[in-house]
Amino acid sequence: MEAAAAGTNYLNNGYGVTSWLLTKDHKRIAILYLISITVMFLLGSLFAVGIRVELLTPQGDFVGADTYNKLFTMHGVVMVFFFLIPSIPAVLGNFLVPMMIGARDLAFPRINLASWYIYVFGAAFSMYAMLAGGVDTGWTFYTPYSSASSNTNVIPMALGIFITGFSSILTGLNFIVTIHTMRAPGLTWFRLPLFIWAHYATSLIMILGTPVIAITILLVALERGLGIGIFDPALGGDPILFQHLFWFYSHPAVYIMILPAMGVTSEVIACFSRKRIFGYGFVAISSLAIAIFGFLVWGHHMFVSGQSVYAALVFSVLSFSVAIPSAVKVFNWTATLYKGSISFEAPMLYAMGFIGLFTIGGLTGLFLSSLGLDVHVHDTYFVVAHFHYIMVGGAIMGYQGGLHFWWPKMFGKMYPEGPARIAAALVFIGFNLTFFPQFVVGYLGMPRRYHAYPDEFQVLNVLSTAGASILALGYLLPAFYLLWSLKYGKDAGPNPWRATGLEWQTASPPPTENFESTPFVDEDAYEYGAREAHVV
Amino acid sequence: MSDAHAAVAHQHQFDSAEQQKDAATLGMWAFIAQEILFFGGLFVTYIVYRFTYPQAFHDGSHHLDITLGTINTAVLIGSSLTMALAVHAAQTSKKNNLVFFLVATLGLGSTFLGIKAIEYSHKFHEHHVPGLSFDGPPNMELFFSLYFAMTGLHAVHMIIGAAIIIVLIFQAQRGTYHSAYYTPVELFGLYWHFVDIIWIFLFPLLYLIGRH
Amino acid sequence: MSSKFPLFPEQASTLAADVDLLYFFLIAVSLFFTVLIAALVIIFAVKYRRRSENDVGADIHGSLALELLWSVIPLGIALVMFAWGAKVYLDIARPPDNAMEIFVVGKQWMWKIQHMEGRREINQLHVPIGKPVKLTITSEDVIHSFYVPAFRVKKDAVPGRYTELWFEATKPGSYHLFCAEYCGTEHSKMIGQVIAMAPAAYEEWLTGSDIAPVALSVPPAGAAAGATSGAAGAAPEGMAKAGEGVFLQKGCLACHMAAPGSLGPNLAGVFGKERKFVDGSTKVADEAYLRESILTPLKHVVEGFQPVMPTYQGQISEQELMQLIQYIKSLGQPAEGEAVNAPAQDDATTAGEES
Repeated sequence: MEAAAAGTNYLNNGYGVTSWLLTKDHKRIAILYLISITVMFLLGSLFAVGIRVELLTPQGDFVGADTYNKLFTMHGVVMVFFFLIPSIPAVLGNFLVPMMIGARDLAFPRINLASWYIYVFGAAFSMYAMLAGGVDTGWTFYTPYSSASSNTNVIPMALGIFITGFSSILTGLNFIVTIHTMRAPGLTWFRLPLFIWAHYATSLIMILGTPVIAITILLVALERGLGIGIFDPALGGDPILFQHLFWFYSHPAVYIMILPAMGVTSEVIACFSRKRIFGYGFVAISSLAIAIFGFLVWGHHMFVSGQSVYAALVFSVLSFSVAIPSAVKVFNWTATLYKGSISFEAPMLYAMGFIGLFTIGGLTGLFLSSLGLDVHVHDTYFVVAHFHYIMVGGAIMGYQGGLHFWWPKMFGKMYPEGPARIAAALVFIGFNLTFFPQFVVGYLGMPRRYHAYPDEFQVLNVLSTAGASILALGYLLPAFYLLWSLKYGKDAGPNPWRATGLEWQTASPPPTENFESTPFVDEDAYEYGAREAHVV
Repeated sequence: MSDAHAAVAHQHQFDSAEQQKDAATLGMWAFIAQEILFFGGLFVTYIVYRFTYPQAFHDGSHHLDITLGTINTAVLIGSSLTMALAVHAAQTSKKNNLVFFLVATLGLGSTFLGIKAIEYSHKFHEHHVPGLSFDGPPNMELFFSLYFAMTGLHAVHMIIGAAIIIVLIFQAQRGTYHSAYYTPVELFGLYWHFVDIIWIFLFPLLYLIGRH
Repeated sequence: MSSKFPLFPEQASTLAADVDLLYFFLIAVSLFFTVLIAALVIIFAVKYRRRSENDVGADIHGSLALELLWSVIPLGIALVMFAWGAKVYLDIARPPDNAMEIFVVGKQWMWKIQHMEGRREINQLHVPIGKPVKLTITSEDVIHSFYVPAFRVKKDAVPGRYTELWFEATKPGSYHLFCAEYCGTEHSKMIGQVIAMAPAAYEEWLTGSDIAPVALSVPPAGAAAGATSGAAGAAPEGMAKAGEGVFLQKGCLACHMAAPGSLGPNLAGVFGKERKFVDGSTKVADEAYLRESILTPLKHVVEGFQPVMPTYQGQISEQELMQLIQYIKSLGQPAEGEAVNAPAQDDATTAGEES
């Protein structure tokens, strides 16, 4: 085994554009993803700014109706398909999955690179659709509006999403095979870090759910292009069939977005409490339970679309059930804090914020599962608030917490703790101010996707926009200090957090082959108590 | 596992050839699971509309050429046989047989695609292609939309398969596959059999509605 | 900035209070758990903050008892929530038998409403208080959704099918009507008012002329009066009567005659009856079936008849369909021995309040 030359790590092991664009190193691919999804997040955020500025006043006076409809559509499409779904798996998952299991790379490095190129290609199609005038169907593409009525660039956008779906599928495939077949000696399933369990469950959803939306969105494109009537009732088609096919993926998709963040949270809470996660086995299995149950609840998006009462009852009770494994996780994380030894670095602040916001988001999901209530709040801002609590308060905080936690590992530099804590606080405060009023205005009856609204909803909307400006600051700050840290940050060393986990047993940044020699694992995850975590 | 050759090289991320084979095999199965869901969306759509428009589906099905469809089914099943024989040849290090059976599989697969192309051109001339001045009773266009979507998606999978066979033939000629290393042939065989099984579902669902 | 700053919608229907009670229950449970988790997190964070650099946490693996506790109790609470929500929903989803019917067609970007007695409205719905009202809803183009927050009811308007929504307004007033399913450019302008009135006032309103007369379809050049309002003070024509006009204008009478040997079945008394088809299957003739028979007649052919009815897809508007269906509903039983279906005379003219 050739020993890495002193100071050689994956970042400086080969310079030049081609060494990056043709890399097979999972860590470099993770960085490529980091850059691309940050660009997409910025784009999605700009659309959000447009929405919130328009909603400051009841009249539609900032932009025209068509423009507004394009803004919320593209905000949704970019954030869901090009930011949230890839984010943690493609950046942190790609970087850490091999390292956490003691492997040198993923099972299929070239497929991993192809995955990134497919993502970029899909994003390019979608960017084209946006630049050529945008799309105004909503990210949900309901037919027949999307297939027969809208006169915007639906087909290129649909194709962009179709293409990017394969990026997701290939990533999931890679993770499943890697976790099954490449664990280091001694690393049995129930010794795996919970981050791995979370990504395994996520990957199951990625490979089983994504193909369904792929074929569905392709059918919409075909219908639109050829004027056939698969989903258009005027031609004999069924628009509700579209909804079933669409939500069959898009509901599990939300678990693709949250499960990895839950994995991050487990790692961070264990490290900053210096304690094993309470109920490890239950937390691990709950990830699988969420993945499986998540496939059974899609009808709760369609309670008022004319479903039979019986279908509604079944989907409602299943939707309530899927909340239980999530609740189990929250209780276990809280119990982990008990008799822990807790410190409050930025990752921990994000993780604690995650617990609070995910709890609220998850509980409001119960409101939506409840049939009697959903009739009133469906398609109102109540729903918008609910899913932003989970996706932003949950998934994005998980992503940011993870980014900060593993930043020293990825780049060998510490980020500055002071600004990081301020950013975490700004995000938490700004987020609540942005989205809590939306619960209220939603129950009041303000529908979603409204360009203009009745006067009495204005105060709550102004509060929401004010919160959004604070949230924006909370997101901008890390962009500056994280970049700053790359040059000026303190050197991190292999294990600045004194965490357990194989990724911390090697240099920061790691060498290309990850480890000097294949690790051997003889203990459970999170053995903080037994002895001081190994420090290399 | 008998190993008449020197230790087989494996990619750097794996610890052994065996681990690499396990990973590749699991990968192919996971990929096939994903493909089932991919086709699944179309099958669900088919089921829904067949129950909604039984007459249109019946009529549409009778406009398909059952002779060509049956021939194609036999051709494809035959190609699965030749593919299985190819895998066996690789397992037993019989290079010439391997190349022969791979070429036979390619030939049969191409025959299938050729016959499909003939069927498609018939449909084009009869104005049964949705969206291109379709001429037929109501809702039959929906049947044909599904016909083209399902057989089209299947055909795309076959074309990709054919391309891979060509690569395999070249590699086989160079002696890359033998009893200690035949994973690509075996796993491609899995893929090819899967594509065949999809057709075995498509054929009765599309061609055999109400025929006695 | 508006001086009104409501935080809660008014309760203006019989079910609104039930929905709000369920809401408060869920808020209470959510508040409880949120406060519980937040308090525990904060208390633990403070109490167990790291005091010296090399401290580690206690070596605790877990507790089966706790896992069961916090799985079973939340599951129990969730099932209670489900049951309660289901009960409220069953009330919302099942209109009383004696509900009066009103017909709604959504189209980009307006709500077209037709009362049985004939009055039509655009973006406004007048209803009496104290009486259950059932809306039959469809769309002419894309999916819309009929939403009245004050009543806590909502139902999608789906093209190609009928959906239903019911409520009983409890206090007079004017309430927001929103379209709640994104439908294109003017989605947020597809709004209006539901105006609840005392029953007497409503009856009086019914006899007035349309507020916004719109020629919604080409008036039939036939004996039956057209549906647009004209002379001030003239009572608007009931839907059934308008439907009779459609029946004549579209030529339905040519085949659907009372005489034996006619190409189409006699339609008198057909509504609500079970129909038997050539393939042996049966179906109850409800609104959806009648609509399907008109638009896709070959889908279910009545036993004893040939599949010769042409389709009216594209030749009849949603409003006309609803009128036609009301007309067919209003047709009485066939007379003893002879299938009677002479339109324009007898009880077909009774402004069909009830089916």
